Amino acid sequence: MKRFAALFNALDATTRTGEKTAALAEYFRSAPEADRVWTIALLSGRRPKRIVNATELRLWAAEAAAVPLWLFEECYAIAGDLAETIARLLPPPERETDLSLDATLRALIAQGGRPEPERRSFVTGVWAGLGPDERFLFNKLMTGGFRMGVSSGLMTRALAQATGVEAAVMAHRLMGDWDPARTRFADLTEDGGAAEGARPYPFALASPLEAAPDSLGAPEAFLAEWKWDGIRGQIIARPGTFAIWSRGEDLITDRFPEFAPLQDHLPPGTVLDGEIVAWGGNAPLPFADLQKRIARKTVPKKLLAEAPGHFLAYDLLEAKGVDLRGAPLSERRAHLESLLAALPAGLPLTPSTVVQGDWETLAKIRATARAQMAEGLMLKRLSSPYHAGRKRGDWWKWKLDPFSVDAVMLYAQSGHGRRANLFTDFTFAVRDGNDLVPFTKAYSGLTDAEFAEITRWVGKHTVERFGPVRRVVPELVFEIGFEGIQASPRHKSGIALRFPRMLRWRHDKGVDEIDTLESLRALLRQVSMPGPTTAD
Amino acid sequence: MSSQLLSFTDRGIYCADGDFYIDPWRPVARALVTHGHSDHARWGHAQYLCTHQALPVIRHRLGDIRAEGIAYGETRQIGGVEVSFHPAGHVPGSAQIRIARRGEVWVVSGDYKVEADGLSEAFDPVRCHTFISECTFGLPLFRWQPQRLIAEQLAAWWQGNAAEGRTSILAAYGLGKAQRLMRLLPDAGPILTHGAVEETTRILRDQGYALPPTIRVSAGVDAKSHPGALVIAPPSALGTPWARRFGPAAEAFASGWMALRGIRRRRGLGTGFVISDHADWPGLNAAIRATGATRVFVTHGYTTPFRRWLEEQGYDAGIVQTEFGAEESDAAVEADPA
Repeated sequence: MKRFAALFNALDATTRTGEKTAALAEYFRSAPEADRVWTIALLSGRRPKRIVNATELRLWAAEAAAVPLWLFEECYAIAGDLAETIARLLPPPERETDLSLDATLRALIAQGGRPEPERRSFVTGVWAGLGPDERFLFNKLMTGGFRMGVSSGLMTRALAQATGVEAAVMAHRLMGDWDPARTRFADLTEDGGAAEGARPYPFALASPLEAAPDSLGAPEAFLAEWKWDGIRGQIIARPGTFAIWSRGEDLITDRFPEFAPLQDHLPPGTVLDGEIVAWGGNAPLPFADLQKRIARKTVPKKLLAEAPGHFLAYDLLEAKGVDLRGAPLSERRAHLESLLAALPAGLPLTPSTVVQGDWETLAKIRATARAQMAEGLMLKRLSSPYHAGRKRGDWWKWKLDPFSVDAVMLYAQSGHGRRANLFTDFTFAVRDGNDLVPFTKAYSGLTDAEFAEITRWVGKHTVERFGPVRRVVPELVFEIGFEGIQASPRHKSGIALRFPRMLRWRHDKGVDEIDTLESLRALLRQVSMPGPTTAD
Repeated sequence: MSSQLLSFTDRGIYCADGDFYIDPWRPVARALVTHGHSDHARWGHAQYLCTHQALPVIRHRLGDIRAEGIAYGETRQIGGVEVSFHPAGHVPGSAQIRIARRGEVWVVSGDYKVEADGLSEAFDPVRCHTFISECTFGLPLFRWQPQRLIAEQLAAWWQGNAAEGRTSILAAYGLGKAQRLMRLLPDAGPILTHGAVEETTRILRDQGYALPPTIRVSAGVDAKSHPGALVIAPPSALGTPWARRFGPAAEAFASGWMALRGIRRRRGLGTGFVISDHADWPGLNAAIRATGATRVFVTHGYTTPFRRWLEEQGYDAGIVQTEFGAEESDAAVEADPA
């Protein structure tokens, strides 16, 4: 663990990506091979299964640290990180051991399913043998959510440096479903493993278009299509393999059994990029319908009928087993359409609709996106290859402006991690007659300086405390932006918002100028109505 | 006469029998001041009393004031009470203030730390019945390492930066922390100071506190003229054009708040030295025990949990709302001499 802790500290001690890459590359050259595999797994979000829950950890740690549980909770609220809280509260180690990362994780995983006393004595035993840095990391391994300030792109570049394999190739090899406990470093870094078959390609990502679209040049150079509001996915149909991946690299084949028939019809060696949506026959259903499907591992028949999945294909990445990503989009798209046209009718797979026109026409079309159940338009350069990850310049997402309302802050809570000790999590209310009705929470959209200013303000304007939550004087007004609105019987306000965030702090507005619950209800009615809606 | 020896008003902690305030935050006729930090020594009082050692900095900061010095341990009768000042170990000249009336003793801690830093007059526990304590770091999350270990970390950091051709910029509060740090540094190169730090350093040096030579940053003082230098500056100077004159530089912040990873990361700092002029959790507990007090009021810091903790330990404990220090947020850390 010491070698791993040294890596972590080196990554943590700098904000320069060059230094981070160098530290990681050095680790990938020199650390024990088994540890390297675990590190790659951890940095790419492949966490070991949790063997303890947070409640158990708190109890065990409070007892080991000899502090009352309430005081432990106070400390946690301030530190904002359970792993750090435990590491700081425990007494100094009795002895120091240095197991490798591989041995530590294998021992940890072996605890899975054992009775509480056994797991407890294992965990407290490990704590007693680790210094504070290693203890913090061990806790992170147990609690999951492990971040080291390293993006998967940065890790891929470091691996490329260490092994001499090109970064894009490396990114592809790291995709998919592999188990660090049964994978060798060479399996990941050298070509031709058994995992090849179901492996997806790194998704090409778009940048938000902030300027006017004519800044991109002639519209003829671009393919414009709807930016569907669903789950971005890849369908892999290779000999003997059929897999569906979400952009988060989750294997979701079993969650969408309606796609299974595709494996009989797609030519072997086909990989498609597209959007999974819930389908209403001719057009997508609202995202809320798809959401019901996402959480389910097995799908009841009723839900399958109510919200059937459909794949709107954007791109063809592989045909007849040949990687097409280097070919221009115009060719890939033509190939995609002829491939899909040859399929029998009735399959849940169609090409995503292309729209055409000059920028002005496209802007008008984009304005109707909500009625199409889309978030806006995608603009993709026809000559572009299929990039691995986000590469600015070829792919742009031209989203609709969000909905917005002015609301007043009612409650404030401090954040976690980087935002610990700073009030960043707010609950907002709109007016309903003489009452203020809370209707959403939001955490993002302000600068650090604004959060600091609000934190000072909250200190002086707290009316009541409920544990970590402060009720504040309803005085600060914010413009809240959101992408969607739906009815929700679970919320007091009767509505739920999609992607709420703070667009700006309205210093110029007072609490008597905020929006009303009725205005939100009117928006809800408007959005639920079939037919075109006006944007904002 | 049966009234409490000290009461808590919206101007500050008040002693009716002596008709004076301790570290008041609104203008009063007579202020007894524990130390020179701006949240304790405020402008606008008609008369000030502080230790001889604290007086020069307070005069420098507040300008033309009517102020008088007193020696540590010297007792003075003010109205119906006896008053004395005792070392608090926080910064040079800092004091706890003891107030006695017919055998009843109260002590106001001001800010304090228990570890002797070799510069400030070392903390001296004072027996009392009622202790009014700060608790800036009143949670068990905060446990300081001995300062000799911090000195080793500082030396390694400075030398590592110098070897890479980078200037070291160390952010620290200008009164107390900055001078404590310069004494901890090895003789490994020039120590440069921001004007705000140099002023206090000069005053303390003139008073006879043993401080190493420092060079004030002014026109022509930069990385070229002083390669391998370490610069001590107030936190507000980090990332400013002032700091950019040193070219490639490594920045670090020396504060008790650096114990929390989240805060360090939010400030975008890789390096944080966990060193504070306030008592840590074991320090607060030890100091309170050493007073023998049965009643404790806590002022600024993590007052709510710390009060509860003290009650569970059998103390009669209360919270006093003051305008000292930051609330439990660190948003004010920049200004807080932690």
